[in-house]
Amino acid sequence: MSLLFDAVLCLLLLAGALGVVATGAARAAVIAFIGYGLLLGLAWVRLAAVDVALTEIAIGSGISGVVLLRCVRALPATPKAPAPNPLLRPLAAMVSIAIAVALGAAVLALPEPAPSRAADVATALPATDLGNPVTGVLLVFRALDTLLEKVVLLLSLVGVWALSRDPACRGRPDPLSLEPAPAPSAFLARVLAPVGVLVGLYLLWAGADHPGGAFQSGAVLAAMGLLLVMGDQIRIPATQNRGLRLMLLAGPFGFLAVGFAGWATAGVFLGYPPGAEKAVIIAVEVAITLSIAVTLGLIVLGPPAGEERS
Amino acid sequence: MSLLASAFTLVFVAAGIGFFAAGTLGLVRLPGTLSRIHALTKADNVGLALIVLGLLPQAASVLDAAKMVAIWLLAQLASGAVAQVMAEAVMAEATLAEAKDAGDAAPPEESRP
Repeated sequence: MSLLFDAVLCLLLLAGALGVVATGAARAAVIAFIGYGLLLGLAWVRLAAVDVALTEIAIGSGISGVVLLRCVRALPATPKAPAPNPLLRPLAAMVSIAIAVALGAAVLALPEPAPSRAADVATALPATDLGNPVTGVLLVFRALDTLLEKVVLLLSLVGVWALSRDPACRGRPDPLSLEPAPAPSAFLARVLAPVGVLVGLYLLWAGADHPGGAFQSGAVLAAMGLLLVMGDQIRIPATQNRGLRLMLLAGPFGFLAVGFAGWATAGVFLGYPPGAEKAVIIAVEVAITLSIAVTLGLIVLGPPAGEERS
Repeated sequence: MSLLASAFTLVFVAAGIGFFAAGTLGLVRLPGTLSRIHALTKADNVGLALIVLGLLPQAASVLDAAKMVAIWLLAQLASGAVAQVMAEAVMAEATLAEAKDAGDAAPPEESRP
């Protein structure tokens, strides 16, 4: 029975991927991509990787989907179709097929059972006082990767802001819609946002012992902020706001500070003070979540439009 | 007792799937965006309610049951509001297209170079 479900899911995934590529219109392709991300999340649940599933749905499908939809709207309605290069298309197809075949071969060539450090994580996890091995890997055993990931996220926002007309990236990003929010949007923002913020904070808190954590929580909080903006409940923040910029930096630089402090307390970069591991880990998670939420929200809102003249 | 609970679950989940199937059929077959939204939101909300109701006897604890009911309520809220937003967008687009058609019917000379 579950084999049948998995088989249907795999077929749906293939069909979804094909749908994204085969759809001619940009907007339809983006919507297909969002649906494909939801299916992919379901596949991760089937693989018992609930943390990955949450992240895939919140970031891969949700936030990326909104960014792509905004891009589609910013494009001209009837793009100038460039003359298709008769050489380029077959070349692109060949490169794509070669990559697919190489990936398939690599997957098939994996040793059975796959090399795993899951047992090492399971034996070392009690020392961290965490119940969720994924959080343990992200914040303790592979903390360096997570730290760099936060820096990359910050850099992607810098990339978005680099498109600003204002050299100092001041001002507010352009509003999502010039018209006032429709009444149902305002209603949804007022009713759903408090619940959503609670869910986001729960995901952060539960992340220590259950699926969830900084990234999922940050994505939910960012979504609630965007919902409030779309429902005209809050104004888009001005990007030169010092508090806002501090929130952007809290995660990466807070983590970095803890990392350097690790030399003093634990004798190694990114070590946690013995005895207080869990408290420090949770503090780092809170700072990271704050930065992720604000960064993701600002990435969706786009480059600031420059300082207002008043 | 457990047999009764299982039978309850089977009946209600099957009925819920039936509503979902009907909603999907409406999404695929009905003409026009508005009627499609209508079919989807109404049928799916009832379908989800029936599935949640059917799964309640299987919940391990009262808290789990409450979480399922909360999911249904949130889905109801979101789908209802989103359906309204989408419908308004469709109407606005239709009005815009109409105005454009009216403009095209009597084209001012300078707009067509």
